[in-house]
Amino acid sequence: MSDPVTHASVTVAMTVNGSAVSHGIAPRLTLADFLRQTLELTGTHTGCEMGVCGACLVMLDGRVVHACLTFAVQASGSVVETVEGLSGRAVIADLQEAFHQRNALQCGFCTPGMLMTAHSLLSQEGVPSRDAIRDALSGNYCRCTGYEAIVDAIETVARQRDAGGATQSAEVGV
Amino acid sequence: MTALTSLDRPNSYIGRSVPRPNAKRLLAGRGRYVTDITLPRMLHVAYVRSPYAHARIVSIDIDAARAMPGVRLVATGADLAKLCTPWVGTMDHFKGMKSPPQLPLPIDKAVWSGQAVVAVVADTRALAEDAAEAVYIEFDELPAVVDIDAARAPDAPVISPELGSNLCFHGTIDTGGVEDIFASAAHVVEEEFLFGRHTAVTMEPRAIIADYDPSEARLTVHHATQTPYQFHDIYARHYGLPESSVRVIAPDIGGSFGMKLHMYHEDMAVVGLSMMLGRPVKYVADRIESFVSDIHARDHRVRARMAADADGNILAMDVEDVTGIGAFSAYPRTSVVEGNQVYRLMGAPYTFRNYRADLQVVFQNKVQMSQYRAVGHPVACTVTERLVDMIAGKTAQDPFAIRTRNMIPDDGYPCTSPTGYKFESLSHHACLAKLYDMMDYDRLRAEQSELRGKGIHRGIGIATFVEITNPGPAFYGVGGARISSQDGAIIKITPAGDVHCAISITELGQGTETIVAQIVAEHLGVDRDRIKVMTGDTDTTPYGGATYACRGAGIGGETALQAAKKLKANVLAVAAAILQEEPDKLDIRNGWVVDASGGQQRIELSEIARIAYFRSDTLPPGTQAQLTVAHHYAPQGYPFAFTNGIQACHLELDVETGLVKILKLWVVEDCGRVINPLLVDEQIRGGVVQGLGAAFFEECVYGESGQLTNGSLADYLVPMAVEMPDIVVGHVETPTLDTQLGAKGVGEAGTAAASAAALNAINDAMKPFGATIAQVPMTPARLLKALGHI
Repeated sequence: MSDPVTHASVTVAMTVNGSAVSHGIAPRLTLADFLRQTLELTGTHTGCEMGVCGACLVMLDGRVVHACLTFAVQASGSVVETVEGLSGRAVIADLQEAFHQRNALQCGFCTPGMLMTAHSLLSQEGVPSRDAIRDALSGNYCRCTGYEAIVDAIETVARQRDAGGATQSAEVGV
Repeated sequence: MTALTSLDRPNSYIGRSVPRPNAKRLLAGRGRYVTDITLPRMLHVAYVRSPYAHARIVSIDIDAARAMPGVRLVATGADLAKLCTPWVGTMDHFKGMKSPPQLPLPIDKAVWSGQAVVAVVADTRALAEDAAEAVYIEFDELPAVVDIDAARAPDAPVISPELGSNLCFHGTIDTGGVEDIFASAAHVVEEEFLFGRHTAVTMEPRAIIADYDPSEARLTVHHATQTPYQFHDIYARHYGLPESSVRVIAPDIGGSFGMKLHMYHEDMAVVGLSMMLGRPVKYVADRIESFVSDIHARDHRVRARMAADADGNILAMDVEDVTGIGAFSAYPRTSVVEGNQVYRLMGAPYTFRNYRADLQVVFQNKVQMSQYRAVGHPVACTVTERLVDMIAGKTAQDPFAIRTRNMIPDDGYPCTSPTGYKFESLSHHACLAKLYDMMDYDRLRAEQSELRGKGIHRGIGIATFVEITNPGPAFYGVGGARISSQDGAIIKITPAGDVHCAISITELGQGTETIVAQIVAEHLGVDRDRIKVMTGDTDTTPYGGATYACRGAGIGGETALQAAKKLKANVLAVAAAILQEEPDKLDIRNGWVVDASGGQQRIELSEIARIAYFRSDTLPPGTQAQLTVAHHYAPQGYPFAFTNGIQACHLELDVETGLVKILKLWVVEDCGRVINPLLVDEQIRGGVVQGLGAAFFEECVYGESGQLTNGSLADYLVPMAVEMPDIVVGHVETPTLDTQLGAKGVGEAGTAAASAAALNAINDAMKPFGATIAQVPMTPARLLKALGHI
């Protein structure tokens, strides 16, 4: 008497970081576990598994979502992008460089989620204020930095992009 | 044109802000945390936990669980006890301390709610959790010992009857003369302080993979810990394995803050499970499990009083601290260290000589309490600094003036505190003066006064502190704990002239590998890009204490410095033989052996390495090139390198809602030689925010039956970006003369005094209302209660 929820296999097919993937999975598998365990994309982290800490944020069809609160089957047919994908496409290279120079990470566990939020925020028009950056980051917990360096890094990139006119407003839905 | 500084020399890295090379992989999502590691044939464990704070285990039925899909093993406390010897969390130098023996899983009794009782190992974590639900444990609930007073009542149920009482440790300090001083002092202030339990909440929860290979009887443990050698010792000793057969690897660690250096029951069990199965077994605590099994910190009630003369000169302190530590003392560092530091650090910045203190460390049916960032410091600092402010109030003095009056003068060192701590050289007055300027204190006071007239209530609080860093063997070794206070480094030159340094201190994201490379680069004379630093593997690094108690930079850094100098001497000896030159006429700069006087390049490091490794036949007879050195360093001289500093908090209290907006925080800190200002400042900022978390948000709230009522990340509040202020950091540098490097620790300084500064600021804001508070966290409800609104 096998439990259909835990043991049945359903096929999910989606585009992850530009590649088509298809796997038979248990229906209860979350998108976070699918990415981490099935696809071995371990850049997406799970810190609370209840949608609070933001370590698992990924892009699903252009929107930033909690991969821990999304079932993999819900993402079937969708386009998913993780930190590995954004990194590979070099669309967050300036953010990564600013985080690096400003030491806006210590243990780095929250960092992929922080980059997702920053990427989303900076895809909107204009240069956000420090308060707006802090507000946007408040779904991302960090225990190491105290946040100020992260705010600094994002502010730096916002100004750079504004000065360079290199906004990416079409990149992320809000 | 500015004058040349020491940073203008070639390869001058000490004192320079450079980013962390190893942060790049973390930024690319390519970190390798234990959580991420998968080994061939790896299994996963889930634990069945006690729902009761205190209960007898009547029976355990595992048959149904064993039959569940994918289950490979269901193990109980009795099963693991056959492999693992018990451990006791005591140290000899805490006289009279007691704690019961512990096993990976209990056999007859559960002593806190959430304690792991049965292990279920299956092909996936999900299957293990499914099967865990099918384990049936019959418990007989016992009265829970929760409150620290009830635990000490004569008729209290005793958690470990063999110990005779619920008292783990009782300590006293008395310099004498205290009673007479209080009887005759012009001013006496007193207060009862409450410090809530809180916990580390590392973003990566605890994670461990034990991989026992029965063919060679070898155990490899991938362990998210800051102290791999400590666990190397523990696993070998308690599982009866030769040390040479045990390897502990600590890869990228997703935060630790002291929490990941304690022995946890689940982690110890994982080793035994792997030995029983001959397969790798992985355990990752989920967040709910973290709250009920990671160590908690603080949980102190301090009654304290301070006496001063008519001018506000502090004369004496009298302190009583009671702290609850859970049902066991943690292993191997014990749960007495925090209380010990609380009652020894009281009043540390000040000149008074008369001190009396009583410390009681109490067992209770809660999660174990032990060392977490700034062990004891926030408690001692808050009590002291609040009492100092109360003396200031009694004598109508400004908080800066009262501290100027009472702090140990900067030229008053070396000296010893009334509790026996030896201070080499501190800089309280220099820090105080710098803080005063940095924060524009007079303007803030004027603004405060003006805003009060408009019904806006801002508060300014300051707190000066002393921090224990660079501990020698006096910390653990003398107590019989097998925890090293020395460190080791192996540095080698590769044939291409690159440098490889394996060192026993560990990287937790604070920048260990970066500063070690800075130190080696500067003292060897090479570009830091050519240096690779390796940490966190007991098979490949020398034996050492690793990273705890703010010792990485001071002790590990000195180890690297001395090793680099030794290697440099070796290189120059070979170079001198090749060049037919005196070694002391040569130097190394930018990877070249040069003339020490003129800097003219003579031979490249890579060429020396090439000759040494591939053409040793061309070296003068008798020359044996030693291009690898191993070096150990143990601190001597002062038992600890004390640091000091001062913090100020500026905040706005909404007296109608109890909500607080933290406006700004300033820190002036003296950690001796600053190796990398960028990294030091970020250590301070991160530490401050953990201190502010304790001040305003973080608390493990227990119900009367010993249940943790807020054990999830939605219910337990940690500071968020929007609530935190910008933090201004300044430095005074008083290098320790015990080492050539001169560095002291800094990782805990931010946490040490932030909650004290915040508490003083809140009391300052509430002054017009005659309201006070002496409890953290200062939640809106507690503040409204203090203000008399509820």
